[in-house]
Amino acid sequence: MLSPVILVPAVLNGLMTGAIYALIALGLTLIYGVLHIINFAHGALLTAAMFAAFFTFHWFGIDPYIAAIGLTPIFFCLGYVLQRFIIGPAAHGEDRNILLVTLGLAVVIENALLYGFRADTRTINLPYAFNVVEIGSAFLAVPRVIAFGVVIVVALALWLIMRWTDTGKAIRAVAQEKLGAELSGIDVAHIYAVTFGLGTACLAIAACLLIPTYYVNPSAGNAFVLVAFTIVVLGGMGSVTGALLGGLFVGVVESLSGLYLGESLGQIGIFVMFILVLLFRPNGLFGEHA
Amino acid sequence: MSRQSLSVNRRRFLQSTALGAAAAAGVLQAPSVLRAQGAAVKVGILHPVSGALSYSGQQGRIGATLAIEEINASGGIKALRGAKLEAVLGDAQSTPEGGNAEVEKMNGAGVAAIVGGYASGICLAASQTAARYDLPYIVDVGVVDSIVSRGLKNTFRFGPGFGVIAKTAIDNLVTINDQANKTAKTVMIVHEDSAFGAGLAKLLNTQLPERGFQVLETIPHPTPTRDFNNVVLKIKAQNPDLVIPANYYNEYVLLARTMQQQKVRPKGIYSVLGGAASSYKFVKEFPEAAQFIMDCNHWFDPKNAKALELKKKIEAKGEFYTYEVYMNYSCVLLLADALERAASADRDKIIAALESSTFTGHVMPYGPTKFVNGQNQGAAPVNTQVVGNDIQVIFPAAFASAKPVFPMPPA
Repeated sequence: MLSPVILVPAVLNGLMTGAIYALIALGLTLIYGVLHIINFAHGALLTAAMFAAFFTFHWFGIDPYIAAIGLTPIFFCLGYVLQRFIIGPAAHGEDRNILLVTLGLAVVIENALLYGFRADTRTINLPYAFNVVEIGSAFLAVPRVIAFGVVIVVALALWLIMRWTDTGKAIRAVAQEKLGAELSGIDVAHIYAVTFGLGTACLAIAACLLIPTYYVNPSAGNAFVLVAFTIVVLGGMGSVTGALLGGLFVGVVESLSGLYLGESLGQIGIFVMFILVLLFRPNGLFGEHA
Repeated sequence: MSRQSLSVNRRRFLQSTALGAAAAAGVLQAPSVLRAQGAAVKVGILHPVSGALSYSGQQGRIGATLAIEEINASGGIKALRGAKLEAVLGDAQSTPEGGNAEVEKMNGAGVAAIVGGYASGICLAASQTAARYDLPYIVDVGVVDSIVSRGLKNTFRFGPGFGVIAKTAIDNLVTINDQANKTAKTVMIVHEDSAFGAGLAKLLNTQLPERGFQVLETIPHPTPTRDFNNVVLKIKAQNPDLVIPANYYNEYVLLARTMQQQKVRPKGIYSVLGGAASSYKFVKEFPEAAQFIMDCNHWFDPKNAKALELKKKIEAKGEFYTYEVYMNYSCVLLLADALERAASADRDKIIAALESSTFTGHVMPYGPTKFVNGQNQGAAPVNTQVVGNDIQVIFPAAFASAKPVFPMPPA
């Protein structure tokens, strides 16, 4: 069973799936790092983005990879508006309120989707979805390879934004010292909303990368968000590099445990790892010590 | 108590007034119709039309409702003064709990019988719930054998169970393999992990070794599964002569396409109740992935004029003529026949009529209809193979339209 003929493709497949996990975790960790809240609406927003990608293809025949160009800014604005005008005001400055508000949002979004589109599982068929790229003995599906490439580019872009732009600097300032940032004239409410918008925009991209090979139904996003939480904890809360590497690592673990324990138990490896990290490195593999 | 009886009285009173008004209006317009026609008989039509099994459920609903339309168009149930059948549609949402909830609702709506269920898990739960109300339940597909071995008097299955199907499948496989000089020796089974797939895999695992095949590995997967890469990698590593899939439509298609994508080409893909292997939809949409796949499954009688007429009718609607359609169609006709003979919509009388059924007006390639403990003894599966853009029957000889192509020619 340890033959490289299957081990190599399994690891590569894991890396590709892991890249998408990483992108979802990236959004989550970004929001956590700045707003210091866990966004429970992340899964529901991912589902909403998947529906958006599905219907732009279904109604207008727009390829999901092209749809991403339009959906990303739309979801950025959606995230911005949600934080600025709903989550922020409803929270009254209390972290636990934010938790509840995002949880409430998740319930509302999921049920609105269920009401609008019913529990049906939908998929799209792209002509090239089953084309492959040959790497040695492995045949990698084209959509997965594209997804991997896009995630790397997005992660790099995000890093550049955070490092070099004024907005990025402001985000980092707010994350480090909220009061100090406010005293230096940074509009904290605006930065919070921008961060939430960036996190949501990551979901729009992830949704467009997922939809060619995955299905969508009103609870499709939850499967990913559980994994994304694990990645955020594994990589260290708020760490962008941690989310990226953690995502890839989790993808490989899932693929290999799926291979050895069977499809039905594939995700067990992830959660065993999750518990181990919580026990032995509660700050995550890349997190700073508190 | 007094409040309840009061409300019933009031309702009755309102009903009779309304009926009186309707009758008065009727006398003016069409007295003969009103006097002649019996009250409509409600029939529960239960399918998973949303969720993971929604495609199959919707196909089943098409078959059942079409049969009802035809019965009504040709004068309804004659023994009940031309009473029309009225479908009470239910969505089991692809879960046993969903099926139960719908049975409760249908019972509340006063149905005379229920047809459907589709998935074994749903059929098991729904028929059990229906049994509490002595409500006749005709299983359309559900192949798990425990559906008819629980001693439920209300439950009838017109189609074959997986015990019979597995036996037929293995008998035919041995014949096909013998004709090809016993070229296949090793087997891998890929099955979905609910009642249907897991139960079938267990049967195959005991019976295949007895017939000289070595089962290299049995791989379960959940429904829905959206990635078969690991499964296909395992197949690639073990390189079996035969792959035997037993799962539902979406997963079957994905497995076949992933095998094609990963260039895994065993000597044969021989499905037992493969969800898509004998589906015109699959063959039309992915002809390359479907090529030469063999299947032992439900199939219509290709020599039955009624079956071919139904095929034309379904295709004229732009739908695919899949097994869910003609099995549900046949089950509704079976129920209508029982209603005719019972001459009543009474549940016990319908059950008695089903028990003594010798129904022949269906479109399946079955032997004489005879129910023993709720199972139709005449029910049998058929072996098919995808050749070109069509599906051919390769076994049994009486219905065969082509000879099996095995092993698969190289791509």
